[in-house]
Amino acid sequence: MTNEAIKEYITAKAPTATYDETGEWLNILVESTHFKSLATILNGQPMQMNFLFCLTCVDYTTHLTMVYHMTATKDRNMNIVIKTNLDRANPIIETVSDIWRTAEFHEREVFEMFGVQFANHPDLRRLILEEETAIAVDETKEAVVETKGYWPLRKDFEDPINMIKL
Amino acid sequence: MYNQTEIIKDTTDLGPDGELVINIGPQHPATHGVLHLVVTLNGETIKKIEPHLGYIHRSIEKMCERLSYRQFIYVTSRMDYLSSHINNTACALLIEKGMQIEVPERAKVVRTILNELTRIASHELWIGAMAMDLGAFTPFFYAFRERELITDIMEDTCGARLTMNYIVPGGLMYDIHPNFQTKVKAFVKQFKEKVTEYEDLVTGNVIFQSRTKGVGVLTAEDAISYGCTGPVARASGVSCDMRKIAPYDAYDRVEFDEVIETAGDSFARYIVRIKEMNQSIRIIEQLIDNIPEGEFVGKTKNVLKLNKGEFYQRVETARGEFGVYIVSEGGTTPYRIKFRSPGFSNLSVLDHIAKGSKIGDLMASMGTLDLVIPDIDR
Repeated sequence: MTNEAIKEYITAKAPTATYDETGEWLNILVESTHFKSLATILNGQPMQMNFLFCLTCVDYTTHLTMVYHMTATKDRNMNIVIKTNLDRANPIIETVSDIWRTAEFHEREVFEMFGVQFANHPDLRRLILEEETAIAVDETKEAVVETKGYWPLRKDFEDPINMIKL
Repeated sequence: MYNQTEIIKDTTDLGPDGELVINIGPQHPATHGVLHLVVTLNGETIKKIEPHLGYIHRSIEKMCERLSYRQFIYVTSRMDYLSSHINNTACALLIEKGMQIEVPERAKVVRTILNELTRIASHELWIGAMAMDLGAFTPFFYAFRERELITDIMEDTCGARLTMNYIVPGGLMYDIHPNFQTKVKAFVKQFKEKVTEYEDLVTGNVIFQSRTKGVGVLTAEDAISYGCTGPVARASGVSCDMRKIAPYDAYDRVEFDEVIETAGDSFARYIVRIKEMNQSIRIIEQLIDNIPEGEFVGKTKNVLKLNKGEFYQRVETARGEFGVYIVSEGGTTPYRIKFRSPGFSNLSVLDHIAKGSKIGDLMASMGTLDLVIPDIDR
């Protein structure tokens, strides 16, 4: 399918989607409420986007953006990028781990690094960082205070002990 | 749930159905790194495997946000340390794509040869280590005999044996060593004679075959769904070689076959890697006499600045598809960088393929996934 055909197909399913073709691949920005139904459609016929090769998140300080890179194994030259913006204070999105199993680990990683909540995820726990790391030493360096928002890859993350600022 | 330090003395109290939880790693000879698997057993049958990661997590993605586009390449050598050349190539290719830097032909060909040598070295180490996990000690020494020749070539040309850091945006850091071609040819000659020895020792071994055939079977649909790439997916019949799908450097001008097996078990994954080494030799033979003369690095500015936008570059490492995703705001450092590492996705399939098998087969399943832990943790 060409980019034009993909755009036409997706516009029929999600009318509010916006497109960006300045990069290498077609970027599709959808609203988070429409995302799960669109993902299900993409995985099915006729597009068969069955290979999710990258799932990540970007912190733009005003909002978080989930980025999904996917392709179809029947046509590996057809790559699309789905993006959806999330509220930074309360980021929540539907999981896609039931569509692409690889999302289970990738979503756990995004959860612990950015604090994005994935609704209906089968096992949403920290994966790389242990629970104990989610405590920070306060300024007196004596008492440890537990912090709820310990999301290391967010831009406003501060760790005065382990991070060296140049 | 359970206490990791507690020693279970009374085996009558093992939870429902006599479940037993054991820890494999983080210090275990077969994980080849600090991987911690919490395995739930019923008798000898595996019910669940839960990987605990993070023992070698260095938050490389956060670090790279503060490093310039020349500096961050060196960090990637420390991720998949057995494919460091290929990781460096991915980063260099991304910057070249983003800044439209012209790469000289000489650099392209040398990069391709070095990438294939790295792939062979990585598979050699894997054969030795995996055979040792399954109880065969001798193949380790045979594999390291040839691997040593490659690390010598790397030492001459790049100055390092493992973390080479030789590839820079625009080409190579410096020209190849004068004896590069002679040494590579000597290696190719010796490898072709000796590769049959591995086949005699391992492939035809009855014990090895009975321990790997039909163990850890992965279907093509599951391989795709779990995002498996590289030899793991190709052993299940999924065509996923980035060198064929999106050729980079000099891969578009060489002839080689994408090795695909359909059985999907541990033995098929072994066969794919053995055949892949022969294909790598084929690529090296086509290029080694045809290294073009000329510059080894293109003209670049001292300070690199990527245009505002998003860039993604995929390459084929020894373990599968390695992707670099950079969001640039137009500055000298990446705004956000994500490394899509092949080992991370390949590890996620371990629970699926080992569930229901015996604990003794876990080492065969895990060994043939070829996990490198710094690559998974990042």
